[in-house]
Amino acid sequence: MQDLNVKSTTYNDGVIRQFSIMAVVWGVVGMLVGVIIAAQLVWPELNLGLPWTSFGRLRPLHTNAVIFAFGGCTLFATSYYVVQRTCQTRLFMPKLATFTFWAWQLVILSAAVSLPLGFTQGKEYAELEWPIDLLIAVTWVCYAIVFFGTVGTRKVKHIYVANWFFGAFIITVALLHIVNSAAIPAGFMKSYSAYAGVQDAMVQWWYGHNAVGFFLTAGFLGIMYYFVPKQAGRPVYSYSLSIVHFWALIFTYMWAGPHHLHYTALPDWTQSLGMVFSLVLLAPSWGGMINGIMTMSGAWHKLRTDPILRFMIVSLSFYGMSTFEGPMMAIKTVNSLSHYTDWTVGHVHSGALGWVGLVSMGAIYFMIPRLFGQKQMHSIKAIELHFWLATIGIVLYISALWISGVMEGLMWRAINADGTLTYTFVESVKAKTPYYIIRLLGGLLYLSGMSIMLWNVIKTATNGKAAIASIPPVAAHA
Amino acid sequence: MSDFTSNFWPVFITAISLLGIFGCALLLWRTSKIKVATSSDGTNGHVWDEDLREMNNPLPRWWVGMFIFTIIFALFYLAAYPGLGSYAGKLGWSQNGQYDKEVADANKALEPLYAKYTAMTTEELAKNLDAKAIGERLFMNNCAQCHGSDAKGSRGFPNLTDNDWIHGGSPEKIKETIIGGRIGMMPPMAAAVGNAEDVKNVANYVLSLSGSMHDSGRAGAGKDKFTTCAACHGADGKGNQAVGAPNLTDNIWLHGAGEAAIIKRVNEGKINQMPAQQARLTPEQIHVVASYVWGLSNK
Repeated sequence: MQDLNVKSTTYNDGVIRQFSIMAVVWGVVGMLVGVIIAAQLVWPELNLGLPWTSFGRLRPLHTNAVIFAFGGCTLFATSYYVVQRTCQTRLFMPKLATFTFWAWQLVILSAAVSLPLGFTQGKEYAELEWPIDLLIAVTWVCYAIVFFGTVGTRKVKHIYVANWFFGAFIITVALLHIVNSAAIPAGFMKSYSAYAGVQDAMVQWWYGHNAVGFFLTAGFLGIMYYFVPKQAGRPVYSYSLSIVHFWALIFTYMWAGPHHLHYTALPDWTQSLGMVFSLVLLAPSWGGMINGIMTMSGAWHKLRTDPILRFMIVSLSFYGMSTFEGPMMAIKTVNSLSHYTDWTVGHVHSGALGWVGLVSMGAIYFMIPRLFGQKQMHSIKAIELHFWLATIGIVLYISALWISGVMEGLMWRAINADGTLTYTFVESVKAKTPYYIIRLLGGLLYLSGMSIMLWNVIKTATNGKAAIASIPPVAAHA
Repeated sequence: MSDFTSNFWPVFITAISLLGIFGCALLLWRTSKIKVATSSDGTNGHVWDEDLREMNNPLPRWWVGMFIFTIIFALFYLAAYPGLGSYAGKLGWSQNGQYDKEVADANKALEPLYAKYTAMTTEELAKNLDAKAIGERLFMNNCAQCHGSDAKGSRGFPNLTDNDWIHGGSPEKIKETIIGGRIGMMPPMAAAVGNAEDVKNVANYVLSLSGSMHDSGRAGAGKDKFTTCAACHGADGKGNQAVGAPNLTDNIWLHGAGEAAIIKRVNEGKINQMPAQQARLTPEQIHVVASYVWGLSNK
C-alpha cells in the first residue's frame, strides 16, 4: 500500500531510460550504415559484390535506422518524458508504454533483417513489408493510448505547447502509415499497393512529405518546446506565435506532397497546389524557429559555457535554413534544376543532421544525467567535442552536396548547338567524385561525434543508477 | 478536364483550396488579436513542471508580413496557373504545352544546321567530320546506354562495329531499325527438335558451323535435326535478315557462346527488343546518326 503511494507520486522513467539508450545506440548504427553507403558511392567495390550489402538494400536500411530507430526512439523517450512532466502525472498505462518499447525494438530488428534480404514494398521511407507494417500500426496505437491517456489524466489545467506538437505527430503518423501502407498481401513478406499508377505515387508522397512534416518536424518541435526553455531557463517567447504557427503548420504540411512529383504524370492542378502550399508553409515553419531562438533572449551568454544549449540553438538555425530551402525547391522552376540531383540529398541532410540530429542530441544530453541521478553528463568536454565534430561534419556534408547537386543539374541540362546533350550521364557521375569524398568525410565526422556521445552516455549511466523522480506539486495559476 | 470523374471534384478542390488559404489568413488575423492577461513577471501565468512559463510577445511584424506575402502570392499563382480544379489559369500554361513548345522551338532552331546534311548521302555523311561528330554525340545520348560508348555492345546488345547485321546493314535498314525499333523473337524449339539428347546434338552441329569447339560425333547426329532451325536460320545456317534470324556461322554470339548457351536458347527461346527512337529524334537527326552507325563498320 505504501509502495503504491510512492508510485503515484513519482514519474515512470524506466521506459524513458530504455528508449534514450537505444536512441543513441541506433544513432551510431544508422549513421555507420550511412557512412558505408557514402563510401560505396565513391568506391562501388565496397558493395563486396553481394546482394545483401549492395547500395540499393543498405540505403533503405540507413534511412529506416536513422529516421525510425534513432529518431523514433528519441521521440518516444522525449515525449514520455515531456508529457509526464508537463502534465505532472505518471504515464497512463505504464505496462503498455513498456510494450511500445519492446514492440518498437522488434520493428527495428525486423527492418534490419528484412531490408538487407531484399524485402521491400518499394516505397521510400515505407519500405517495410506488411507483417512489419501491422506491428508498427499496433505499436503506434498503443503509443497514442499512453500519450493521450497521460494528457487526459493531467494535473495541470493547460496543455503545454510541446504536447500539441507531440499529439499532432502521433495522430498524423498513424493516419499516414495506415493509408500509405494499405496493400494486398501476396504471401508472407510480399504485397502489392492498394493504389495504382500516379495515385499510388501521390499517396506515397503525401505520406513521404508528411513523414518529414510530422515525424521529423512536428515531433521534434515538441522536443524543442520543452528542452530549449528548460535548458535556457527562460520562458517561451510567444504564446500567440505558438498557436498560429502550430495550426498553420499542421494544416499546410498536408498539401505540400505534390512538390515531390513536379513535371510528372501528376495533373498540373495538383502540382500547382503542392507548390503554393509549400510556399505558404515557410512562415508557419519559421514560427517555430523564432519561438525557439527568441526564447534565448536574456540568456545568450549561456551559449558560451553550455554546449547542450549550443546543440539546440544551432539545430534551430539549421531548421530555419532547411525550411527556407524546402519551399524554394518546391518552386517548379527551381525544382526543374534540383530534382533528382544531390541537392535534394543535401537538403534532407541539412534537416536531418542539422535540425533533427542536433536537437535530439541536446535533449538526450539533458535527460540522461537526470534519468540516472547524476548532476551532469560524465564529460562536458566530450559534449563540446561532439558539438564541433557534428557541426563541422554537417557543413562539409551539405556544402559538398549543394555543389555536386547544382553541378550535376547544370550538366544534365547543358545542350550543344546540334541539340545533343553536352554531357553523358556517366560524366556527371564522374565529376561528382571529389564532392562525394568530402561528403563521406562530413559523415565520418558526424558519426565520430555520435560514437563519443555513446561512450559519454554509457559512462554517465553506469556511474549513476536509475533515479526516481518525484512529481512536484502543481503550481498555483496566477 | 479528363482528370476528374465528375463535376463535383473540381468544385470541391477549388473550395477547400481557397478556404485553406483564406483560413491561414484568418488564423493569422484572429491570433494577432488575442489578448492574454499577463502576470507581473511578463508571462501569461501558466506554469508547468515548476519553471516552464510562456511569455506572449506579439507576432514579429516581418514574420506576419512574410506570411501575408506568401498568401497573396498563392492567390495570384492560382489565378495565373492551373490549380483550382478544372480552371486552366489565365496564362493557359500546362506542362504538356511547355514541353511541346520547347521541343518545337529546339527543332526549329536545329533545322538550318541539319538541312545541309539531309541533302547528303549516308556515304558522304560518314566521311564528313562535322556530321560524324554530331552523329557520335547523338549516339552517346541515345544509343550508348545499351550499345556502349564504343558501340561494341555486350551480351544481348549487338555490336554495331563488326559488320554483322541481324536485320540488315544497309543505310535504309539501319534507319528502319532506329525509327521503328526491332523485336527479335526465337520461340522455344526443344519440343520440335526432340529430346534432350537431340538438343545437345543440334547445339554441337550449330557450333560446328562456325568452326567452334564441338563434339563431332554429336554434331553429325544433330545435322538432321537442324532442319527445324533452318526454317529461319537457313539450310546453311547463315541466317535471314528479313526475319531477323542471326547468322550462326560467323562465331558471333549475341546471347553467349558455347554449348550450354546454345542449349539454353533452343530450350527457352529468346525475346529481345530495341525500342523505337522515332519520338525522340527528328528524321534529320536519324539520318545523321544512322550514317554514323553505318560508318562504324564501313570505313
